[in-house]
Amino acid sequence: MRWTVLAVSFVVLAVTAVLSVAVGAQTIPVDEVWRQLWSPDGGETAAVVHDLRVPRTLLGICVGTALGLAGALMQALTRNPLADPGLLGVNSGASLAVVCSILFFDVTDVKIWVVFALVGAALATVTVYVLGTTGRGAANPARLVLAGAAVSAFLIAVIDGVLTLDSGVFEQWRFWDVGALAGRDADVVRQIAPFVAVGAVLALGLGRGLNAVALGEQTGQSLGANLGRIRLVGVVAIMLLCGAATAAAGPIGFIGLMAPHTVRAFAGPDNRWVLAYSAVMAPALLLAADVIGRVVVHPNELESGIVTAFVGAPMFIYLLRRRKITL
Amino acid sequence: MSAYRTVRTPSRRISLRIHLRAATVVLGLLSVAAVVGLLALGTGSAISPWDAVKTLLGQGDGASEMVVYEVRAPRVLLALLVGAALGVGGAVVQSLSRNPLGSPDIVGVNAGAAAGAVAVILLVDAATALAVATGSLLCGLAASLLVYALSFKRGVQGNRLVLVGIGVTAMLHSFIAYLLTRADLYESQGAKVWLVGSLAGAGWERVWPVAVAVTLLLPMALVLSRSLRAMEMGDDTAAALGLSVERHRLALLVVAVVLSGVAVSAAGPVSFVALAAPQLARRLTRAPGAGVAAGAVTGAVLLATADLVAQRLPTTGQLPVGVLTGGLGGLYLAWLLHREWRAGRS
Repeated sequence: MRWTVLAVSFVVLAVTAVLSVAVGAQTIPVDEVWRQLWSPDGGETAAVVHDLRVPRTLLGICVGTALGLAGALMQALTRNPLADPGLLGVNSGASLAVVCSILFFDVTDVKIWVVFALVGAALATVTVYVLGTTGRGAANPARLVLAGAAVSAFLIAVIDGVLTLDSGVFEQWRFWDVGALAGRDADVVRQIAPFVAVGAVLALGLGRGLNAVALGEQTGQSLGANLGRIRLVGVVAIMLLCGAATAAAGPIGFIGLMAPHTVRAFAGPDNRWVLAYSAVMAPALLLAADVIGRVVVHPNELESGIVTAFVGAPMFIYLLRRRKITL
Repeated sequence: MSAYRTVRTPSRRISLRIHLRAATVVLGLLSVAAVVGLLALGTGSAISPWDAVKTLLGQGDGASEMVVYEVRAPRVLLALLVGAALGVGGAVVQSLSRNPLGSPDIVGVNAGAAAGAVAVILLVDAATALAVATGSLLCGLAASLLVYALSFKRGVQGNRLVLVGIGVTAMLHSFIAYLLTRADLYESQGAKVWLVGSLAGAGWERVWPVAVAVTLLLPMALVLSRSLRAMEMGDDTAAALGLSVERHRLALLVVAVVLSGVAVSAAGPVSFVALAAPQLARRLTRAPGAGVAAGAVTGAVLLATADLVAQRLPTTGQLPVGVLTGGLGGLYLAWLLHREWRAGRS
C-alpha cells in the first residue's frame, strides 16, 4: 500500500515535470518539445526547451524536494506541525546575505546571490543552534524555535533598515523576495544540487531517529536514541536544504509547511514515510504552482512563490477543517 | 504579607484585587513614559529643551508652539497609544493561545491591515493618510473575521485558529510581495516603509482614532482579562468554573483585534512590541496572568523609546521605528533566552 502511494506520487511528479517542460509563454506542441528534448536542432525552440524550461523544471524539483524534506524534518524535530523552514532563521539569514551582496558589491547575478545566500543561511543557522544549546541539556526543540525567532527578528530588522534607506538595494531585492523559479539557468541548479543531495541523504537517514523523537524525550532516550545527535544532524540537514532552496528561488512559502501535512493522511505517523512522500510530493506541488503561474495571466507570469501561497493556503485551510490536526 | 490587596468601593459593588508589585511596576513605567515623552518633545534640532519646557508651560513663541504641538506632541502621543494598544493585544492573545510567541498577527489582522494599506498606497492615485489608514483598518478587520469564520467549527479551538491564521497570513503576504514588484520603485518603497512601521509625519489626525480606540477598549480589556486567568487553565476548567468560554474568547479576541487593527492602521505593523511587551511586563511584575495593564504601559514605553532613538540616530534618511523595535527586540530576546538557559531554566 505505502509503496503504491509512493509510486503514484512519482507518477504525479513525472506528469507535472512534463507539463513544466511543455507549457510556457511560447506555445510549442508537445511532440515538438519531445523531439527537441532528445535531438535538439539548434534552433530557437531547442534553445527555449534546453536553456529555459528544462533548467527551470530541474530547479523546481531540487527546490521542491529540499523544502518538502526540510518541512517534514522541522515538524518532526520540534514536534510542532506549525514548524516552517523559515523558523530556524534560515530564510532571514539568506535574505540578509543577498541584501549585503547588493549593498556592498552591487551583485545582480542570481548565480552569485546563491553563494551569498548559502553562506548567510549557514551563519544564521549556526547562530540559532549555538544560542539554542547554551546551558545545560541538549538543544530542545522549543529552544531552537525561540532562538530562531530571536535571530530572525534581528536579521529582518537589519534588512528592513537597509531596504528603507537604500532604494537601489530595494529595487533588486523586491524581485528576489517574491520567490520564483524563472530566470535561473542550469548553473544555479548545478550550484545547489550537491547541497540538496547531501541534505536529502541526511534527512532520509534520520527517519527512524525521528520516530524515537516523536515518542517524547524520555521514551525516546530509553529506546536508545541519541536525541542530541539526531537534532544536530537534523539541523545541519535543514540548513543545507532550506539554504539551497532559498538561495536559488528566494523565499517560497507554504510548500515546506503543506507537503508534510498533506502526505500525513497517507503516510500515517511513521516519519520515514512522511519524509519519503514529502520529498516527492513537494516538488510536484511546486512545479504545478509554477505551471499555473505561467498559464493564469498569460502572456505574463505569476511568480511561483505567489501561486504556492494562493493555492496552498486555501487547500491547507480545507484540510484543516476536514481533518483534525493535532498539536 | 500577601502579594495582593483587595480594593472595594464603599458599597462593595466593585472590588478589585490588585497585585501590589504589578501596581508598582505600572506606576514606575508610567513615569518612565512621561520622561521619554518630555525628552522627545524637548530634544532634537529646531528648538532647545528650555523652549520646549516654556512652551508646555504656555510661555512659548509661535515657532516653538508649532514644533511642540504640531510636530512632536502628536508623534509622541501616537507612539505611546500605539504601543499601549499593541501591548494589550499581545497580552490578551498570548494568554488566549497559551503561547508566548502569540500576538494578534496570528489571526491575520496585521497581514490584512498591511495588504489593505499597500493596496491603497499602490493602486490609488495620491492616496491620503486617512485613506491608507481606513483601507488598512477595514482589511485588517476583514482578514481576522475571515480567519475566525474559517476556523469556526463547533467553537473555535485555539490551535485551529493559529493554523488558519498562518494560512491566510501567508496568502496576504504573497499578495503584498506581488504588489511591491508591480508598482514603480518610488511608490513601492513608500509602501515598504509603511510595512516596516513608521511614525514619521504623524499629525493629530492620526492620533485621534487610536486615542478613541484605546480609551474605549482598554477598560474593556481590563475587565475581560479577569476571565483570562480561568481560561489559561484550559477550556474545560474554565467551563467548570462557570465561564461561557466561547463567548469570552470571542469578546477578548475582538478587543485585541480591534486594538491592534487600529494601531497598525495608524503606524504600520511595528514588529515585536505586541510580542515583547507582555513578556517583559510579566517578568517585571512577576504576576501570574495576562497583565493587561502592565502590558499596555510596557508597550507604550517600548514604542515611544524606540521612536525617540530612531529619530535621533545619525542615519542618512529617517529610520522607520519598526527597524529599531525589531532589531532591539530580537537582540533582547536572544540575550534573555541565553541568560535563562545558562541559569538552567528552560
